[in-house]
Formats: sequence, C-alpha cells, structure tokens
Amino acid sequence: MQSARSSVGRSIAAHAILITYTIIALFPVIVIIMNSFKTRKAIFREPLSLPHSESFSLEGYQTVLTQGDFFLYFQNSLIVTLASLFCVLLFGAMAAFALAEYRFKGNTLMGLYLALGIMIPIRLGTVAILQLMVASGLVNTRTALVLVYTAQGLPLAVFILSEFMRQVSDDLKNAGRIDGLSEYRIFFRLVLPLVRPAMATVAVFTLIPIWNDLWFPLILAPAEETKTLTLGSQVFIGQFVTNWNAVLASLSLAILPALILYLIFSRQLIRGITAGAVK
Amino acid sequence: MGSLVLSDVHKSFGAVDVLKGIDLEVSDGEFVIFVGPSGCGKSTLLRVIAGLEDATNGTVNIDGEVVNQTPPSDRGIAMVFQTYALYPHLTVKDNMGLGLKQAKHAKTEIAKRVDVASKMLSLDPLLERRPAELSGGQRQRVAIGRAIVRKPELFLFDEPLSNLDAALRVNTRLEIARLHRELGATMVYVTHDQTEAMTLADKIVILNDGKVEQVGSPMELYHNPTNRFVAGFIGSPQMNFIDAANLGKTDCKTIGIRPEHISLDLKKGEIEGIVSHIEKLGGDTNVYLNCGDIGLLSVRLFGDHDYAIDAKAFATMAADSVFKFDGDGNRVQVA
Ligand SMILES: Nc1ncnc2c1ncn2[C@@H]1O[C@H](COP(=O)(O)OP(=O)(O)OP(=O)(O)O)[C@@H](O)[C@H]1O
Ligand SMILES: [Mg+2]
Repeated sequence: MQSARSSVGRSIAAHAILITYTIIALFPVIVIIMNSFKTRKAIFREPLSLPHSESFSLEGYQTVLTQGDFFLYFQNSLIVTLASLFCVLLFGAMAAFALAEYRFKGNTLMGLYLALGIMIPIRLGTVAILQLMVASGLVNTRTALVLVYTAQGLPLAVFILSEFMRQVSDDLKNAGRIDGLSEYRIFFRLVLPLVRPAMATVAVFTLIPIWNDLWFPLILAPAEETKTLTLGSQVFIGQFVTNWNAVLASLSLAILPALILYLIFSRQLIRGITAGAVK
Repeated sequence: MGSLVLSDVHKSFGAVDVLKGIDLEVSDGEFVIFVGPSGCGKSTLLRVIAGLEDATNGTVNIDGEVVNQTPPSDRGIAMVFQTYALYPHLTVKDNMGLGLKQAKHAKTEIAKRVDVASKMLSLDPLLERRPAELSGGQRQRVAIGRAIVRKPELFLFDEPLSNLDAALRVNTRLEIARLHRELGATMVYVTHDQTEAMTLADKIVILNDGKVEQVGSPMELYHNPTNRFVAGFIGSPQMNFIDAANLGKTDCKTIGIRPEHISLDLKKGEIEGIVSHIEKLGGDTNVYLNCGDIGLLSVRLFGDHDYAIDAKAFATMAADSVFKFDGDGNRVQVA
C-alpha cells in the first residue's frame, strides 16, 4: 500500500513537472501561430486570446505569399538545410568510423582537432570565411552556405558518432572482413544501420541551427535569388514599422518543415539518447 | 591442405607486447586448442592468423604459403566468434551465403552449399529468419554454418560456446566434434573451458603472457607437464603445490600433487590435517584439508564420502604421481 501510494504521488509530481515544462516550451510557439491568424489590432489588443470571428484574418499569410518570393526562400532554405545535413552526416560518419576503427599515428590528436570546433564558434571566422568566399567566387550561392554549415556541423557529428561507432561489435566488422566485404560495405551496410539512432540525434542537433540561421545567409548570400526563409522574413521587420502579421505568418510557416523533419527523426532520437543508459 | 605454421610471431599494441614470439606447427586436419588465462593473447593470436591484425614480426604460413600480406577473405579460413557476429539485416540464408556471394560464386552453387550446411546443422526451419528472431544456441549454429559454407581449409573458433548455457554447450561441443570428423578440416579453437579443451583437442597449446608454455596432447599435458604453470592450469581442482622444505625434501623447490592422487585416512598417513570444507558432487567428493605449514590441500575422492568438518585426517600422496619443480618453476625430471 505504502509503496503504491507513494508511487502515485511520485508520478503525479513527475507529470506536473513535465506538463509545466511542456507548457513553457510550447507557449511561444502557440502564441505565434495563434496571432498569425489575427488582425493587426487584435494582436496588440488581446495577444493571448484565440482568434475568433471578429479578430480572424489571413492578411499576414496573404502578405507573405504575395510580397517577396516566399516559395523561393522556402526552397532555398530547404535545399541548403538538406544538403548540409547530408554532407554533415556522410562525412561526419566516415570520419568517425576512421577514428573509431583504424589505429594510426596521431589518431587521438586528429580526434581532438576535429572536436575542437565544438568549442570555437564558427562565427568568429566570419571575416575570413567571407574573404574566402569572395576569392572563390561563391558569394551569393547556396553552395557557400552548404559549405559553411557542413563545417559548422561536422565537429559535433564526428564527436558523437565516433563514440557510438566504438560500441559497434568488432566481431561483426571482422566477420564482414573474413567474408570479403570491402571497408566501404562494412561501413555502409553493417555499421551505419547500427548507429542509426545516433545519426538521428546528430541530424536534429545539426538541422535546427541551420534552418534558423540568419547570420550566414545575411553575410554570404543576401541576394534575392539565394535568400533563405529566415532572411526573407526580415523584410517585414523594419526599423520603424514592423508588419507583425506577416512576420508571425512567415514564422509559423517556417516552423512547419523543421517540425516535420524533427518528427521523422525523433523516434530514432529517443532511442539514441537513451541507448547505453539501460542495457 | 590446411596446415598452419607460425614462426616467431610477435604482436605489439604501441608499447605493449601482447605476443612475444609464438612458434607453432599445426598439421592438416588437426584440432588444436589454445588455452590460457584471460588476457594472455589467445584472441590476438587467432586474429593474427585470420589476418584481422598484422603481426608486428614473424610469419604466418597457411597451407605452405606465407600469408602475411593476404587479406582475410583470401586466406582460406573461416572464423566463428564468441558474440556470433551475424549480420543483423540479413536472413539466416543470406548470412550464410554472403561470403560466397562476395567471392562471386554462382547462385546455384551458393544455394547448394547453404543447403548442405543447413542440413548438417538442422537449420532448415530457420533459413528465412533474421538473427534477432533466433535463440543464442541457434545463432551460434548459424555462425558455424556460415563458416562451413565457405569450405575453408582452416576453421578458427574464438570461444564459440562461452555465451551458451551448460546443456547447450555440451550439445554444441559434440556438434563441433562431429563436424571435425566429417569435414576433416584443420580447426584452431580458443577456450577458457578445460573440459572443452581436454575433450575436443588433438593438441593443446598452453599460452601464458604471450608465450607458448607447452604444446601436447591432452594426456601428455596432464601426465607430463614441463613446468609448474602447465601443471597448475590443467586439471580441476587445481594441482596442490607444497613447499618442499615443509616436507623435509631438498632435491627440489616445490612439490606438486593432483587432488585425485592423494588418499585420505582417519588414522595414519604422511600429512596430518584438519578437514575444513567438503564438496559433494555425487560422483566425486572434494575434501579440503588444512595442514598447518603445508597449507590447504585439496583431495579428490571417487564416490560419495563423509568427513566431519574439523575432524582430524591423514593424507597420503601416491609416490609415482608426485611432480617436482625447481625454483624457476621448471619440472625436475627424475631420471
Ligand atoms: N586493440 C588493442 N589495443 C591495445 N591492447 C590490446 C588490443 N587488443 C588486445 N589488447 C591487449 O592484449 C592482451 C591480450 O588480449 P586478448 O584479447 O588476445 O586476450 P585473450 O587471451 O583472448 O583473453 P580472454 O581470454 O579474456 O579473451 C590484453 O592485455 C589486451 O588488453
Ligand atoms: Mg579472447
């Protein structure tokens, strides 16, 4: 009895904490989405109320979809994010495999060098990066963004993935070698599927900062045809007048793809985070 | 066909020398077992033979050819791992066939060989399953099947039974013995388990700290160990070692006697002691005798015996089964 009651109490407490946290975390998102469907006046008069027949308005969405090239920005963001994600995962996993699997001189040093980027923000190098991009004629291309984001994402990817790859059974890899599989097939067919949860974890951590980034698009690719969504939304924020309807609408639209990608990865993610905790 | 010759094989990981000059000859069709304490380099040696690690020094010669530079898949070997190491994404059938597929064998040939192996190990009902859907024993049979289909000249086993429960271990052990008879291939096998070593091996290699201590048939090692390490390693319970000075002998440093070569009597005998513990195994009885300066003696008696704890008893050693060792642990051969 005693233990049953205390476990009910404990689970109520746990739920209360989790629910509070969920509300705090979701509150800004919900406010953004709610207000994106309201008239400008209603946004300011009663920011926390749901849109109703009087205050409901799609003017924000109309502005976003007609002014500026929203679909182009959207497409740019998607291309840059997915391409960077692909490069980070592929090269990160390959580097991690090499570090985890092969003994060579300077292995540890190389691992530390590759992990250094976790501690040093890439933005410190902005000036040099810009010079580099100007010199190589990559300014105002999506390639420039993909390159920078790949560099930005790799350190964490290598760090996390090499830890996971060390846990993949040596026997399995050796069995593959005895059966005559090439190192590439061992990597792609045997090892990668086993570290999928870790890949999903890395994917989410890489994805979100890239999708939300304003800095590099602003500096490296501000041209109309390479603008990303975050940069594109800035046209609605003026120094003196801000079109809040449009800002909120474009933010709501920008949340969608990140949410979808997150949902795709999250099932794997949970396994990734808890792997090794219980076993 | 599947002979193996190791000459002066060294292996170091950085500054750590794991193998310190292994010389060994295995003739075709022999069943050789490596035993030794944990960490002595058994698995490392097996991996060097397989080509999964490069020897730092020395040569590995399989079937008359030096294979130091040959990749594992071309060495004519197959390996069975302690953790089974089945490919998780493939069915049992594809697990067994993958090696042949990589070697570009015809589909019909692959199917035929998988079929033969699966009949041999009664895997037929499992062929379409994935490893996750198999029990431990079944997985190990699949791993053995995967080795068989390659038709290797040399099988390498790294503690294949140590993850199985006792009953399954006996069955699989018999299975491996049968396979060795049927296939006639050379087998090199690593184990911790003395029973496995004694029952399966044509030849046992005792390794200690990266060196070979002694090579011989199981009975040779039991009856004629060349040093104290081997004498202590083979036999269970372990051989008793007694400081020779305590027995008033001067021709050697240590005297060794196996528990089964000591008899007990309540009234008279060579060494007096107090019964401190008794283990009844049904078939045998192990009696532990506290003998003062001489230390604890274990005595193995055949059949079911009763001794009261703390009772006084006398032990007598069978004179012709006494081993003598010098200060370095080497056997003093009695002329
Ligand atoms: N990759 C490696 N790097 C460094 N040291 C290693 C490596 N692999 C093995 N060793 C060391 O080599 C020694 C022998 O290892 P090995 O696995 O061959 O032992 P073993 O005899 O198979 O032991 P066990 O019976 O426990 O399996 C150990 O001390 C181990 O720490
Ligand atoms: Mg081992």
